[in-house]
Amino acid sequence: MPTRRTHIQTNLNGEEVDFLCEPRQSLLEVLREELGLTGTKEGCNNGNCGACSVIMNGRVVNSCCVLGVEAEGAEVTTIEGVAEGEALHPLQQCFLEEAALQCGVCTPGFIIASKALLDSEPSPDEGRIRHWLAGNLCRCTGYDKIVRAVLKASDMEEVSA
Amino acid sequence: MKEIDYLAPSSLGEAYAALQTGKTSAFLAGGTDIIVQLREGRKQVDQLIDVKHIPELVSYKWTDDGGLEIGAAVPFAEIYGDAEIVHRLPCLIDCATLVGGIQIQSRACFGGNIGNSGPAADTIPALIALGATLTVGSADGLRDIRLEEFFTGPGQNVLGSGELIVKVNIPPQPANSGSFFHRFIPRNEMDIAVVNVGARLDLDSNGERIEGARISVGAVAPTPLYVAAAGDALVGEAPTDEAFARAADIAADAATPITDMRGSIAQRVHLTRVLTNRALNEALARSRED
Repeated sequence: MPTRRTHIQTNLNGEEVDFLCEPRQSLLEVLREELGLTGTKEGCNNGNCGACSVIMNGRVVNSCCVLGVEAEGAEVTTIEGVAEGEALHPLQQCFLEEAALQCGVCTPGFIIASKALLDSEPSPDEGRIRHWLAGNLCRCTGYDKIVRAVLKASDMEEVSA
Repeated sequence: MKEIDYLAPSSLGEAYAALQTGKTSAFLAGGTDIIVQLREGRKQVDQLIDVKHIPELVSYKWTDDGGLEIGAAVPFAEIYGDAEIVHRLPCLIDCATLVGGIQIQSRACFGGNIGNSGPAADTIPALIALGATLTVGSADGLRDIRLEEFFTGPGQNVLGSGELIVKVNIPPQPANSGSFFHRFIPRNEMDIAVVNVGARLDLDSNGERIEGARISVGAVAPTPLYVAAAGDALVGEAPTDEAFARAADIAADAATPITDMRGSIAQRVHLTRVLTNRALNEALARSRED
């Protein structure tokens, strides 16, 4: 039997995109394997680690726990859509300045999750940041540098706002 | 994941019809459990029925008498910004914000947590304490079920094969009422309850006499428990430490936990007593708020 593929239209990083996918494929698989957007990482593939975080219709989700077909008509932002051209997002800049990454596999997920937080709450305190990022696992940094980077980015965004 | 069909009905009628095709089906709401279960082969179905295009399932509203009806597929994160829910039913926020991380809460929903029927599910003791009922639909129409009568075993419930959870109904809460949900895990976030407790206290207008109480405990039996006797023992009493301790003892006696990787029988019975006591104290404090 031929593989059944569904035609899906979605707004991906600000552009209208079409793709074909099977109902069984996760959004994570579609992003990486059909669309070549490999910035979104596969970690646990079961909703625990947050490495595959994307923003879908304004909320941060694990793309391993979303089907590609569910993206029909949705707005999706991946790590590839965070910078503006060559200009890094304040979060990206602060992750670099604060050395908030080592191996880097969790980093796109942390930046996406942090962006979702700062988009809705520009000035979170440390406790709020730690609670918000509980669904993102990092096995290298011990988290302190990540939290510092998000705090610094929130300060930068306040200044620029 | 094995090949599946995906359907996205836009009405309850279409969803019921999809169940009549002779194929094995599962519902897809937040997907945080079912997608993983299918991928890992723990569950196999021919078709997934995405219920998020059915208006009744993705909206919530206050009823004229002050109750709240929450569509089964409304994601938890959607209610966090609703100041009225946060103010009037903070117990819902207590439990929802403990289910996984924010990525999970962006998609997961009360209907899914209830439908999965896990003995340790975090929203269930809170909803039972609030007196919630479920509205379940099928081609034959709608029926209401008291939440504490829904569960029959781990992952098991009374839902028939042609039925769908449509909404969760929170009845109006009495004027001097307060509710609280408590969970114990060995860390701060992202874990499954060793024990969890929901408690509601209804006081008289002076706040001196308990007129009603509901206590529910999770992760200490094959299903979430509603310990009616613990609440009943408080009726007519003053809200004192002694009265709360007696109710907590009754809740602990009702617990029949197992020993597993998350905790021993003795620890779970102890935690039932401690968390019930604390949840009652927190519920009392909330009953005194505006």
